[in-house]
Amino acid sequence: MSRLLSRYAEAIYWLARYVERTENMARILDVHETFSRDSRGGQNWASVTQLYANEAAFAERYDSPSAENVLTFYLIDEENPGSVLSSVRAVRENARTLRPLISTEMWIQINTFHNAMRALRPEDIAEERLARLCARIKEACQAHTGITEGTFYRDEGWYFYQIGRSLERADQVTRLLDVKYHLLLPDVEAVGSPLDVSQWNAVLRSTAGYHAFRRVQPSGMKAERVAEFLLFDRCFPRSVWASVAAANTYMTDLKSRYTLRGGSRAMEHLDELRAVLDNEPVERILKRGLHEFIDGVQIILIKANQAIGEDFFGWQALPESGQSQIA
Amino acid sequence: MESWKPTGLLKDYDPDGFYCELLGFGENRPANVSTIRDRLDQMSLTRLRERAVDAERELYNFGITFTVYTQKDAIDRILPFSVIPRVITAEDWETIRTGVIQRVTTLNLFLHDIYHDQKILKDGVVPKDLVLGNANYRPEMQGLDVPGGVYVHIDGTDIVRDGKGEFRVLEDNARTPSGVSYVVENRHLMQRAFPDLMANIGIRPVSNYGQKLHDALIEVAPAGVTSPQVALLSPGTYNSAYFEHIFLAREMGVPLVEGRDLVVDEDDRVFMRTIGGLQQVDVIYRRLNDEFLDPEAFNPDSLLGVPGLMRSYKAGKVTLANAVGTGVADDKAVYAYMPRIIKYYLDQDPIIANVETHICREKEGLEETLDNLDSLVVKPVGEAGGYGITIGPRANTEELADCRQSLLNDPANYISQPMIELSVCPTLSEEGVAPRHVDLRPFAVTGKETWVLPGGLSRVALRKGSLIVNSSQGGGSKDTWVLE
Repeated sequence: MSRLLSRYAEAIYWLARYVERTENMARILDVHETFSRDSRGGQNWASVTQLYANEAAFAERYDSPSAENVLTFYLIDEENPGSVLSSVRAVRENARTLRPLISTEMWIQINTFHNAMRALRPEDIAEERLARLCARIKEACQAHTGITEGTFYRDEGWYFYQIGRSLERADQVTRLLDVKYHLLLPDVEAVGSPLDVSQWNAVLRSTAGYHAFRRVQPSGMKAERVAEFLLFDRCFPRSVWASVAAANTYMTDLKSRYTLRGGSRAMEHLDELRAVLDNEPVERILKRGLHEFIDGVQIILIKANQAIGEDFFGWQALPESGQSQIA
Repeated sequence: MESWKPTGLLKDYDPDGFYCELLGFGENRPANVSTIRDRLDQMSLTRLRERAVDAERELYNFGITFTVYTQKDAIDRILPFSVIPRVITAEDWETIRTGVIQRVTTLNLFLHDIYHDQKILKDGVVPKDLVLGNANYRPEMQGLDVPGGVYVHIDGTDIVRDGKGEFRVLEDNARTPSGVSYVVENRHLMQRAFPDLMANIGIRPVSNYGQKLHDALIEVAPAGVTSPQVALLSPGTYNSAYFEHIFLAREMGVPLVEGRDLVVDEDDRVFMRTIGGLQQVDVIYRRLNDEFLDPEAFNPDSLLGVPGLMRSYKAGKVTLANAVGTGVADDKAVYAYMPRIIKYYLDQDPIIANVETHICREKEGLEETLDNLDSLVVKPVGEAGGYGITIGPRANTEELADCRQSLLNDPANYISQPMIELSVCPTLSEEGVAPRHVDLRPFAVTGKETWVLPGGLSRVALRKGSLIVNSSQGGGSKDTWVLE
C-alpha cells in the first residue's frame, strides 16, 4: 500500500481544523445571542470581532457593530475568511481534494452542508432565527464528526485529521478565554458582579462545558475556577490540556506506527506546552496575567503547527518565529 | 411492432422519422426490450418526474461536477442525468464490441508503425505530412519501445446510429477520453431510482471497470517491476474532469497525484512525495495532455506537469497511459483514412463503418465542402467538445459565410461530413416524453488484451432538435443498458 501523499496530509489536517473552527463559530454566536445580555438586555456584538481580532477588517466593511452586521460578517460574508460560509467552503475545497481518500458519506454530508450554507439569505440569519441556525451548523459539524468516526479509514490520514482537530480546539478555547478575561471585562472592580458571572456562564456554555463544570464545581462561578477548568481539566474534551494531550498522543502513535522520521519537533513543542500546563497553578497565571499566559500558549501552538507543516507538508522553514500559515 | 400500441407514457411519443433506440427494431425485437418498453409505458409521467427530481437531488448532494470553461462563475455544475435509459441488445453490442476492439488494435499498430519504421507512410496509404506535420505527432517518441506495444490503453470510440439503424464511428478518442465515471455512476443512480424497471431484465454490469483498468495497467508496467505502484495523474481540482479522476483513483485504489506530488531523480525514477519520504511510481494513468506533461520536454510554462517525466519515460523507468503522441491517431484528419488503415494492418473491412468524410486539405475535399456548405457539417480537426462546429443545414447566411472564410484561410484545419440522422431515445423533457438525439461512447481498456466495458456513455442532446450532445453544449447523459 502506498504512503499518504504530503498534499493529502495537509488537506486532511486543514479539513479537520476548519470543521472545528466552524463549530466554534456557531457556538460563540449562539451563546452570545442567548446569554451575553447585560442588565438592560443590550448586547455588545463588537466583542465578537475582538474575540477573533477582526476589528479592523470588520470596520472596513461595516459602519457599526450592530447585531445584523456582525452576524452577516461572521455567517455569510464571503469576503471574511473567518465566516462560517468561508470556513465551510474551505472544508469543502479540502474535501474535494481529499475525495480519493475520504468516504463517500463524508463527502456527501460536507457537500450538502456547503450547499445549505451557500443558500443562506440575509433573512435566514436574523437574530430571531439565529439559535436554530446555529444549532443546524453545530449539528452538521457533529454529524461530520460522527460520520468520520464511523467511516474514515484509519491510516495515516486519520491521525492528521485528529491532530488538526485537537490543535484547533486548543486554539479556539484559548481565544475564548482570552477575550473574556482581557477584553470583555478589564475592570477589576467588576469581577464577581452579576454581569461577570453571566459572562463566565456564557463562556462555559459556548464550549458546551457548563454542566461538566458544575459537576466539578457544584457551586459558585469564579473566574479562576472557570479558567482552570477550560485550561487544565483532564476530562473535558475541549480543555486546552485535553486537546494538547490528544494531539500529543496522536502524533506519538502516528510516528511509531508508521515509522516516520518527521514530527519530533512538533512533539517537542507539545511536550513543552504540556509541561507549562502541568506546572502552573491557575492562581499564579492570573496573577501574572492570563492574557500573557495565553499568548505564550498560542505561540507554542503556532510553532507546533509550523513544525508539522515543515516536516510533513513540505512548507518552507520560516526565517524566524513569525506568522504561521494559520489563516 | 404494429401489434403493439402504447397506452400510457409513450402514447404521444413520436420518433419523427428518426431511428428510435427503444422502438426501432422492426421484426427482430428481443423480448427483454419489449419488457422495458412496456414497463416504461405503464409508468405515470408524474411518478417519472418525481423520480427524476429525486435523482437530480442526489446528484446535487453528491456534488458531481463539470466545469464549463465558458461559464467562469459556474465551476461546479451538475451534469444533467436523463432518467430514461438507453438500451442496447446483445446482438448490437457484439457488433460494437468487436468493432471497437478492431479499431483499438489498429490504432496501436498504426502508432507503433509511425513511431518506428513508418511503413504505412512509405507505402503511401496515409500521406506522410498528414502524420509527420501533425501538431500531435511527437518526434520524441520515434524509436521508443513501449511495454507490450500498447499506446492506447484507454480508448473511447464515439459511435452514432444513422437513419437506417447502422452504427457508424464518428470519432476516436485515443488521448484521455473522459466520461466513464458517468457510465458507472448513472448505473448506481438507476439502481436506486428505478429498481422496478430493471428487475429481471438481465443487464450486463459495469461496476468492475476500475479493477479491469488496474489489472491492465499492472500488465504494462516496466519490465522487472514485481509489484508495480500505479498512480493517477490529474491536473487538479479545477479540471473539468476532476470528478472522474477521483472516481478512477478510488475504483482502482491508487493515489490521485498532481504534478507537484511527483519528482524525478537523477536515475530517471519517478517518486511521489509522501509523509514518509519519496515513494517510487511505476505506472501513471495520466489525465494530462502531452503538452503539459513535462515542462522540460514540452510546454516550459506548464505548472501542472513533472519536470523530467519524459526522461524517465524514455529510459523505460515508468509507463505512461496513454502513451505520449497518441493524438496523431485520433486526429479528425487521420480518421478519414481509418478504413484504409484497418485494411492495411489487419486485412479486414471495418466492422463499424466511418461516417463519410471530406478532407479539406485535399483539393477535391475542399471543393466538395465549399459547394455543399449548407448541407454539410464542418468540423475543425483540432478542437474537442463540439466547439467550432458549423452545421450547414442549421446555420444562417452569416455563419455560413464565416465558415467559408475559415475554410479558405486554413483548409487543412477542417473536415466535413454529411449531416447524420442521429438516432433518438425516449427522453423526459418539459413537454413530456419526447425523442432526443443520442450518441454512444464505449470504453476499451488494453493491457495484454483489449476489453470493452459492456455499456458506455450515452450522451443525449437535451434541447429539442439539437444534434450536439457534448456536456459543454447542453447535453446530458443516460444510463446505457447492454442486455444479456
